[in-house]
Amino acid sequence: MTNKEYESYYVPNQSHWPIVGAVALFMIAFGAGNYVTDLSKQESGYGGYLLLAGIALVVYMLVGWFSDVINESLAGKYSHQMDNSFRQGMSWFIFSEVMFFAAFFGALLYLRVFSIPWLGGAGNNVETGAVLWPEFKAIWPLIKTPDGTTTTAMGWYGLPLINTVLLLTSSVTAHFAHSALIKNNRSQLKAWLGITILLGLAFMFFQVQEYAHGYSEEMRLFLDSGVYGNTFYLLTGFHGMHVTLGCIMLIVMWLRVLKGHFTPENHFAFQAASWYWHFVDVVWVMLFVFVYIL
Amino acid sequence: MTTDVIEQDSHDEHHDDSHEHGKMTGIKRWLYTTNHKDIGTLYLWFAFIMFLTGGAMAMVIRAELFQPGLQLVEPDFFNQLTTVHGLIMVFGAIMPAFTGFANWMLPMMLGAPDMALPRMNNWSFWILPFAFAILLGSFFMESGAPNFGWTFYAPLSTTYSNGSTAFFVFAVHIMGISSIMGAINIVVTIMNLRAPGMTYMKMPLFVWTFFITAYLLIAVMPVLAGVVTMLLTDTYFGTSFFDAAGGGDPVMFQHIFWFFGHPEVYIMILPAFGIVSTIIPAFSRKRLFGYSSMVYATSSIALLSFIVWAHHMFTTGMPLFGELFFMYCTMLIAVPTGVKVFNWVATMWRGSLSFETPMLFSIAFVILFTIGGFSGLMLAMTPVDFQYHDTYFVVAHFHYVLVTGSLFSIYAGAYYWLPKWTGHMYNDTLSKWHFWCSLISVNLLFFPMHFLGLAGMPRRIPDYALQFADFNKWVSIGGFAFGLSQLIFLAVVIKCIRGGEKAPAKPWDGAIGLEWTVASPAPYHTFSTPPPQKDIDNADQHEH
Ligand code: HEM
Ligand SMILES: [Cu+2]
Repeated sequence: MTNKEYESYYVPNQSHWPIVGAVALFMIAFGAGNYVTDLSKQESGYGGYLLLAGIALVVYMLVGWFSDVINESLAGKYSHQMDNSFRQGMSWFIFSEVMFFAAFFGALLYLRVFSIPWLGGAGNNVETGAVLWPEFKAIWPLIKTPDGTTTTAMGWYGLPLINTVLLLTSSVTAHFAHSALIKNNRSQLKAWLGITILLGLAFMFFQVQEYAHGYSEEMRLFLDSGVYGNTFYLLTGFHGMHVTLGCIMLIVMWLRVLKGHFTPENHFAFQAASWYWHFVDVVWVMLFVFVYIL
Repeated sequence: MTTDVIEQDSHDEHHDDSHEHGKMTGIKRWLYTTNHKDIGTLYLWFAFIMFLTGGAMAMVIRAELFQPGLQLVEPDFFNQLTTVHGLIMVFGAIMPAFTGFANWMLPMMLGAPDMALPRMNNWSFWILPFAFAILLGSFFMESGAPNFGWTFYAPLSTTYSNGSTAFFVFAVHIMGISSIMGAINIVVTIMNLRAPGMTYMKMPLFVWTFFITAYLLIAVMPVLAGVVTMLLTDTYFGTSFFDAAGGGDPVMFQHIFWFFGHPEVYIMILPAFGIVSTIIPAFSRKRLFGYSSMVYATSSIALLSFIVWAHHMFTTGMPLFGELFFMYCTMLIAVPTGVKVFNWVATMWRGSLSFETPMLFSIAFVILFTIGGFSGLMLAMTPVDFQYHDTYFVVAHFHYVLVTGSLFSIYAGAYYWLPKWTGHMYNDTLSKWHFWCSLISVNLLFFPMHFLGLAGMPRRIPDYALQFADFNKWVSIGGFAFGLSQLIFLAVVIKCIRGGEKAPAKPWDGAIGLEWTVASPAPYHTFSTPPPQKDIDNADQHEH
């Protein structure tokens, strides 16, 4: 770290985006609160609209905020040190996302290793099994809950396997795109990045298919079909939301590439999007192993 | 505000007008600001307002408990008060106050021009008032505010909750977003914006404690987000994570919650360690005893805090191995904590002590926090905890660590840096009144709770058996006195902002640290150019 870099650390001007973002989050939280509450009372209210307006405002805020950042970056205001701040910020953000998923994976593991066997009478819980739910069998996937709700388990073969291949491939192509960027090979960059996006979209398409299949009369695998359905939909659902977000990031990067942004030395945003994509990919592998196969 | 004499910009090509922007005026200054000092001020005021709000609730609680029987409030409303009191004090008062300290002090202590990501910094702050508006707003809803305790155990918060759970969940979500962004900013600032020449082991211990706290936050706030999400789907979307009938387990709620919850209590105490480790050397006119051991002790406390969570669940039901494992790990934390207390005492040993208000609060911290630590050790003994759990003994324990621990350190820090923040010395007489009134009343308030708990008075109840009446009366009197004493602090701060004796750049002769090399009040922008190496060396807390 030389003195010169240090002195040029960019402290941005006042900005109205943060407060817009805070208002937007308020609208989302308050809107969602109302929406969910009304839903449970089977009433209709303004909550849903407030939620949607909040989301729209977040999008508006992000576009505005990021274009400020992009313009500052293009104007050469950012030092190497600033770039580091962004990189470190993004890495720790991804780490926080890892911990978010860890909570759900932790729940899955706890259910499978402890609480379901206990419900079936393992450990010193013979009474639970004998008195409370004598019929209950502690197996995973839990296709019949203690209170008798039944469902079917989602196999790993077929769509999930295809999706695994798609997502793993997309991680590789994302890496190729990054290498192309570093070699300043713009046409390859466009192509690989485009392919990555297509693979991501295909993944999302198949995921929706899979959900439709799960919700079909044949499978009857619902969100409320006991803890198997709970963990299945929440884990794949949050993953799917992250894939969607990742895809949007990649599409924005692709548009920026078309506009001629990014240089081999200076491409933090691209790097961040690709890190995020790899992260989403790793989460999927964990999902595939712990939710589908095992 | 007289001093705006700082802008000697370095004129290299990259540089533009970025540092020439001054303050905006009026409300816009606060809404749009990217300045770490403005944002620090916002955090501190917000925390204090929340502290008074949560405090008002505590006053009602203590009034109801003044004598046995139900006098003032309905039991359900009583539960809402204890719940929101806890949530506000944890998430609205203590944590934002520390973030306020981080914002004000970290850039100055590191010799950095600002926080690393100034706009995000502003966003982190402004989410908070909205989050708490939602939480407090639920008092005015049909259903009433959350009533299941700040720990929101399932099934109290799922099957048996009133209608405001969704608002609670989403409020926690956005608070979490705010905390995570705040923590990322702190980590990045420390890793990336240290002045050249300030190595990690030359950073003030204050910086170290915030560094480690920020890591804890990034690691556990997402887990909190996860657990409230499961709570939401259990309550509203028919999942059964915490419901055995669907294959889930209510005990799992407690595991996930306390995996967040225990590191959370360290999030509220590690920064306190940092503040006290700054102040005690200053008024002992010595360097901090055992700087490196302090760094390692803080880190090991943070690491251990991830493997002790189930000490909150000894009576909930766990395999014997679990009970033993969590008991021993919890007791292990006493070792690094003991190292810290030892070092503070050793710092004072043969120092030339003087007892300005920041030092008084710090010494009180060392003694009273240690009492809280000892009651923690008692609670950590599994068989013993079977008796103490969910009694007033636990209430006494965590108020000793949180009020006479975290809060007292916040007061110590506030008095210590008020001259730097406002440019004026605070009113010494009033501040002494604040200290002594607080000290006496806080012990009257919390010490008898130990005995109440040992005698078997359960926590979170609006009425109690007759034999607890005497102690509860004294506790309530202590409570009102403590509540009133805090208004003295408000008076001191307002007086100090408006005027008073001019503060020199370094009002405390024993103080070290880069923040004392700039004028008082600290100019709007500091360290646009890094401080000279000799200042950094002088700020080194190691003994020489
Ligand atoms: C030597 C260090 C400590 C030990 C051994 C310890 C141990 C414990 C144990 C075993 C409990 C559970 C008691 C029960 O519910 O039966 C407990 C509760 C608690 N502790 Fe500590 N503790 C320590 C330090 C701290 C610190 C530093 C803080 C916060 C600044 C803290 C805050 C709390 C809180 C808030 C609770 C109650 C949570 C609730 O049930 O509402 N503790 N502690
Ligand atoms: Cu704990």
